Amino acid sequence: MLLRNILLSAFLSFSVLGCFGQKVDLKPSITVWHWMTDRDATFQELSKKYETLTGVKVNFELYAPSEAYAQKIRAAAQGINLPDIFGVLGDKMDFSAFIRAGHILDLTPYMEANNNNWKNTFFPKALAVNEFTPGNSYGINPGIYGVPIDITTIQMIYNKKLFMQLGLDPNRVPKTLQEFLEIGSKIRAAGMQGLVSGWGEVWMIDCLANNFAFNIMGQDKVLATIKGEVPYDDPDWIKVFSVFEQMQDSGVLAKGLVTMINKSAEQLFANEKAVFAFNGSWCVNVYKGMNSDLDYGVMLPPQISEKYPVSIWGGAGSSFVINARSKNKEEAVKFLIWLMDQDQQAYLAISTNNLPANKNSLSKIPEVLAQFARGMNYATHPNVWEVSESSLVTETFDRGIQSIIIGEKTPQQVAIEVQKIKARELAKRRAQ
Amino acid sequence: MKLKDALENYVFVLPAVAIFTVFYIIPFIWGFQWVLFEWDGISFTKIFVGLANFKEIFTQDSNWWQSIGNAGYITLIALTFQNILAFMLAWACDREIRMKNFYRVIFFIPPVLSEIVVGMVWRFIINDVEGANIINRLLATVGFPNLMHNWLSDPKTVLTTVSLVHCWKGFGWGFLIFLAGLQTIPHQLYESARVDGANAWQTLRKITIPLMMPVMVLVAILTVLGSMQSFALILGMVGGEFAGHTSVPVLRILASMRSSSPRFGYACAQGLSFGMILVIISFIQYRFSKKGQ
Repeated sequence: MLLRNILLSAFLSFSVLGCFGQKVDLKPSITVWHWMTDRDATFQELSKKYETLTGVKVNFELYAPSEAYAQKIRAAAQGINLPDIFGVLGDKMDFSAFIRAGHILDLTPYMEANNNNWKNTFFPKALAVNEFTPGNSYGINPGIYGVPIDITTIQMIYNKKLFMQLGLDPNRVPKTLQEFLEIGSKIRAAGMQGLVSGWGEVWMIDCLANNFAFNIMGQDKVLATIKGEVPYDDPDWIKVFSVFEQMQDSGVLAKGLVTMINKSAEQLFANEKAVFAFNGSWCVNVYKGMNSDLDYGVMLPPQISEKYPVSIWGGAGSSFVINARSKNKEEAVKFLIWLMDQDQQAYLAISTNNLPANKNSLSKIPEVLAQFARGMNYATHPNVWEVSESSLVTETFDRGIQSIIIGEKTPQQVAIEVQKIKARELAKRRAQ
Repeated sequence: MKLKDALENYVFVLPAVAIFTVFYIIPFIWGFQWVLFEWDGISFTKIFVGLANFKEIFTQDSNWWQSIGNAGYITLIALTFQNILAFMLAWACDREIRMKNFYRVIFFIPPVLSEIVVGMVWRFIINDVEGANIINRLLATVGFPNLMHNWLSDPKTVLTTVSLVHCWKGFGWGFLIFLAGLQTIPHQLYESARVDGANAWQTLRKITIPLMMPVMVLVAILTVLGSMQSFALILGMVGGEFAGHTSVPVLRILASMRSSSPRFGYACAQGLSFGMILVIISFIQYRFSKKGQ
């Protein structure tokens, strides 16, 4: 009996003490998954600042490299255990799949509240990447589903010192394809390396080829090709493929470009071993880390035709979305509104050398970043086209350009091959 | 008592069985199930397509068969060059040579390094633009400047270059297994052979090789499985599939899963087909070895 009483008292005591001892945290904590190694330290700083201001703890969890992050997000989506805030690494098709599965919150009501107060702070082109317009081909309810935290443009970059060594004026960049190709012979004669880029990883080939395609045939014809209304063996597309052959023949492309990974390309350019690079605005931070004395400028890809304007890929660099199933979604929205505010955006831009998505923060950024930012006037991106090319066609297209560069195939052969795959994919889509 | 013993034994194996079930058996069963569907890996709806994924693999996907061919080429070089090298070195180290323990350690260093690291280091050694161009410089120094070449950017040489680096990376495993096998051969046999007047070559041919046959089969099967599945080295050396010249099955499966329009069902079907190919090759090797014995 005595023993029973002792045990009972002990149980009650522990229970009561346990209740009192437990710290009741009324403020929720938010978890953010991201892949941006270069921004992690800044995110941690901002998280501390936010906790001091609001008492809400924000846990930024870094998962890198981006490939591994993309797989983690997919696995979490399958297991329905995504964090409160995350980013979808992929194209619009991927993005739409996450929305369709109910993983992403529609942010339109928050964006449009108080007379579009939040929406108006962003570059429209940055927001467009996260937006689905009425009648979009993905079958998603119109709305804004993501928040761009920075913007990116992908352009040509040139080394001013090497330009001078070649007898060129660093303030007069090549504007036309002819001018660009002429530099190739000078590069070859000087024994230098020309253009470097991550063309071993192929997507950057796709990017430059699209820039040329927009300039040669205009946006409507490019989109008509994706829709299957114009074939890839059309003379304009053959002209796009031929530009790569011309660049290779002129000597303006670096040796071994087709197997080059972007990290190596960045290293070569930062070490002043290449005259040109084709890279995104994120390179400012990368080059700064590799060679802080590097003197370089930004230029648009060479113009091939005067019929249509030059285009580059640009828009939202990285975006965050909110988990529609999160119990903290209101807190998550509040945090993102704070993170996108002018001061936080300027802090992010200055400490990480990325272009801010908040247009009011632009005044405080360095000149070379401003050059990239000016490219936004020419920017387009597959994610705003509302139609997307089959990945198999894109793969054949990019591999084909690699084959042209190594002299294995002609532009005509590649055009025919791409069209063959396109026809097969269209037939498959129609059958579904 | 017997029941208690049996239960105890089950308790010991339970964690391993649970882990194996969760991480191997269940995904394997799911993979089997998904081959019949068109699925992007995210949506909750999967479209049943029957055997269409397999039909596409076997009748339309030339990239897939090119990747199998490339992996086959890497495997062939590994089976011959890598394994002969591993055997010869193991045989040398099994004899009374100076510093044999030092060699044993040295030969086992490449296998324990990360494939990506090995790929990037060799890229640096081979590449003339991005790297130190050591191979070409060496060729020029020893009087063969006409052999200097852009090894990784030429479709004619890229796969062989990758294959040779794969052999360098992998021969240590074979070396270790061969060495262990050689040490099991009774020394009396060699002594008897020597008394009978057999020279080193005759001893190798008549005693060592026949007794090492089961080990050779094991090494050959492991080489096939390892080489057919290699991909990280390729990513490290050439960044990807290089216009199809370095595409291998694992890279194709990854491409199906992570492309702009991911196809998990198709990737599973590719994985299953690839698995079957490996099983068939291993089975044929096993049968041949049985016949040989």
